[in-house]
Amino acid sequence: MLIDKMLRRIVPAISAATFIAIAAASTTAMAQEAQEQYFGIPSSRVGPYSAMGTGYYGGIIDYLNYVNMKGGVNGVKLTYDECETEYNAARTVECYQRLLNKGDQKMVVFDTLGTPGAYAVIGRMAQDHVVLAQYGYGRTDAADGRVWPWVFNAAGHYWGQIAVKMNYIAQKEGGVDKMKGKTIVHLHIDTAYGREPIPAMRQIAKEWDFKLIEIAVPPPGLEQQSQWLQIRREKADWVTFWGAGSGMNSTAITTAARVGFPREKMFYVTFGGAEEDMIPAGDAAKGTYVAANAAPGRDYPLIADILKVVYGAGKGNMQNPERVGTVYYNRGVGAAAMWIEALKNAQKIHNKVGKTVNGDEFRDGYEALDITDEKLKEIGILGMSAPFKMSCAKHDGSERFKMMQWDGKKFQILTDWVPAPDPAFIRKLIEDSAAKYAAENNITPRKCS
Amino acid sequence: MFYREAGQFRTSYAQDSQIFPLRQDRVGIIIMLIAAVMLPFVANSYWLSAILIPWLVLSLVALGQNILMGYAGQLSLGSAGFMAVGAFACYNLILRIDGIPFVVAVALSGVCAALVGIVFGLPSLRIRGLYLAVATLASQFFIVWALDKFGWFKNYDPAGVITAQPIVMFGHNFATPREKYWVVLAIVAVLALLAKNMARGSIGRGWMAVRDMDVAAEVMGFSLLRTKLQAFAISSFYCGVGGALFAFAYLQTVEPSAFGIDLSFRILFMVIIGGLGTIMGSFLGAGFILLMPIFLNIFFHTVFGKSVDATITSALEQVIFGVMIIMFLIFEPLGLARLWQLTKERLRLWPFKH
Repeated sequence: MLIDKMLRRIVPAISAATFIAIAAASTTAMAQEAQEQYFGIPSSRVGPYSAMGTGYYGGIIDYLNYVNMKGGVNGVKLTYDECETEYNAARTVECYQRLLNKGDQKMVVFDTLGTPGAYAVIGRMAQDHVVLAQYGYGRTDAADGRVWPWVFNAAGHYWGQIAVKMNYIAQKEGGVDKMKGKTIVHLHIDTAYGREPIPAMRQIAKEWDFKLIEIAVPPPGLEQQSQWLQIRREKADWVTFWGAGSGMNSTAITTAARVGFPREKMFYVTFGGAEEDMIPAGDAAKGTYVAANAAPGRDYPLIADILKVVYGAGKGNMQNPERVGTVYYNRGVGAAAMWIEALKNAQKIHNKVGKTVNGDEFRDGYEALDITDEKLKEIGILGMSAPFKMSCAKHDGSERFKMMQWDGKKFQILTDWVPAPDPAFIRKLIEDSAAKYAAENNITPRKCS
Repeated sequence: MFYREAGQFRTSYAQDSQIFPLRQDRVGIIIMLIAAVMLPFVANSYWLSAILIPWLVLSLVALGQNILMGYAGQLSLGSAGFMAVGAFACYNLILRIDGIPFVVAVALSGVCAALVGIVFGLPSLRIRGLYLAVATLASQFFIVWALDKFGWFKNYDPAGVITAQPIVMFGHNFATPREKYWVVLAIVAVLALLAKNMARGSIGRGWMAVRDMDVAAEVMGFSLLRTKLQAFAISSFYCGVGGALFAFAYLQTVEPSAFGIDLSFRILFMVIIGGLGTIMGSFLGAGFILLMPIFLNIFFHTVFGKSVDATITSALEQVIFGVMIIMFLIFEPLGLARLWQLTKERLRLWPFKH
C-alpha cells in the first residue's frame, strides 16, 4: 500500500516534470527555429541531365553546409529540403509547390537549373513572393527588372553569352569586318532553351552580315548524323552549339569528328561545356571551345576551403569528391554564394541582422547585390565568377564570360572576362522583348528611380 | 455484408440500364462527388495545385487514350501531340477572340484536337496494331514540330513559349488553386460521365465490335470508316481538353516540347497499368504513374532525410517504381481497375463465403 501511495505522488510529479522539460525543450527549439533560414533545392539527379544536376546542386548544398559550419549568416543557420525534378517541367512545378512552405517558414529563392523548369514556374513568383534566381540560364528578357521584379540572372544570360561568343569569334577571325560572308551554324536542341539565343544572334548576323543557319536537333539529341552532314555541306566556318545533357553534348563532338569538322571551330554553351560533356567524347573533344560563367578549378580559396572544412569532416554532398572544382560544381557554389550575399544584404537593409528574412526582404537583398572584385576576394572566388552590380531595372549579371578550350584532360582558360561588343544593343533587345511581354499580359512595369 | 444487392429489385428497363444499378454504388458515388467538391476546404494549395489538378487532368487524357486504345482497339501513340493541339488552340482562341468564356475556349480547343485527330486517324483504315502505333507516332512529331516551326501559334514569342491567360468565366477570374480545382473537377466529371455513357451505349458497342474483330463488325453493319474515325475524334477531343487544362490550370507557361514523346508514353502506361477498356482504370492508372514517383520521393526524403546521398535515393526511387510496374503487370495484367472490380466482388460475399 505504501508503494501505491508513493506511486500516486510520484507519477504526477514525474509527469509534471516531463511536461515542463518538453515545454522548455520546445521553446528553445522554437527560439532556434526563429534563427533559421530555409532553402528549397529542386535537384535533378537522375536522367540525361544528371551530371549537371548532381554537380550544381552538390555545389549549392556544400556551400550551405560550409556556411553553417562557419557559424551561419550572422548566426542564422541555413536549412534546406531537397526534391527531385528529373529535369521535367511538370515535376518542377510539383517540387516548387512542395518546397514552398516548410513548417512556418516559406521558401525565399528558387533555382531550377534549367530553362524548361524556369519557364514553368516563372509566372508564380510574383504572387508567391519568391525570388527566381536563374544563374546563367532561363528567360532572358527577365533581365528587365521593371517587368520582372522577382526574376534575376546573376551569371549572365544567353543573349549576352552569344554576343560575347560572336565577339570572340570575330577576334579570332581578325575583326568584325572579316565576319562578312562567313557562315555560322547555330546547332541547338529543339526546345525553348535551344532557341533562346536566336533573336540576339539574328540581329548580330544582320549587323555583321554573316550567314546564320539554324539547325535543330530533336531532344534528347543522341543522333546528329544528318545535322552534321548538313553543316559540312554548308561549309560552316563556326558552329555555336546549344545542347543539353552530356549524352547530346558528347555525341556532337564524336559526330563532328566523324564527318571531319574541326573541333577548334566549335563553341559550346555554358550548360553543355563541362568536364562531364567532354570526357565521354575522348580525344575527339580536344580543341573544343567553351564559354564559362564560373571557371573550373580547385585553387580558388573558397573551393579549397570547402574541400578542407566540409569534405574534411566527411559531410560533402558529392558522391565522387574528385568532381569538386569542376565547371558545374563551381557554378553551383557561385549560385549559392549569391543567395548568401543576398541574405546578408536583406538582413542589413531590413534591420534583421541575425534573424530570418521573408521573400520580400530577400528580394530587396538580391536586387542590392553589388559584387565587386573585393567582395569576390572576400568570398574567395575572385576569378571564378565575374563582378557585377544589380539595380532596380537591371536584373542581370556582368554579361562577361571566360573562354576556355579543352586540352584533352582539362579546360585551359584562355582569356579573362570577355565583354559583349555592344552591351547597349543587347539591353535594347531585352527591353523591347520585356515590353512586348508586359503589353500582352497586362503588366504595368514598375517605376525605377 | 453491406455491399450486396439483396432486396433491390429492378422493375423497369430504365432501372435495369442505369449506370450504377446498386444502391450502395449510387450512395458511394454521391459521397465521393460531395467529398471531391468539398476537398479544397481541407486540402492545402500544395495538394490542390501539385497533386489533384494534374491528376484529374491526366486522368482525362488517359480516358481519351483509353477510348481509342481500350475500347476501339486502335493502338495510338500521339496523345501528347493532341494535348499540345488543345493547349495551343485554347491559347490562341482566348488571345484572338475577345471575351470568350474559358469553357467555350476549352470546348473549341477540344474540337480542334478532334479535327486533327480525324486526319491522323485516317491511316487506321488501312493499317492495324503496331503498324498503326508507328503511323500515329508521326502525329506526335509533326504536331510538336509544327508548333515549334510556325511562330503564329505562339504569337511570335521570341523564346517560343506561351503564357496561359487567366481563366475567366462569367466575369470572374479563377485564379486561386481552389477555384482552378473546381473548374477542372467540373469539366473532368462531366466528360467522365459522358465517356461512361458512350462506352455503355451503342457507340461503345460499335468500338468494341471493331476492336474484337473488325471484319465481323463490318459484316454486322458497322461502318469501319465511321466507327474508327469517331473513336479517333472523341479520343482526341478528350486529349485536347486535357491539354488545354494542363496548360491553363497546371503549367501556365508552356513550350511545345513539354508535350514530347515521353508524355505520350506515360499516358500509354497509365492506360495499360490502369486497365484497358475501363473508365475507372484511367483515373487509377493516372494516379499511379503520376503520383507514385512523387510519393516515393517524399517518402525517401522524410525517412532517410539527409543521411543517405540524394543521388542514390533518386536512383532507387526509379528502380522501385520500375519494379512496381513489372509486379503489377505480372500479378494483374488487366490493370488496377480489375483489382478494384475483384475487391467489389469479394465485398459482395463478405463475410459469408457460401
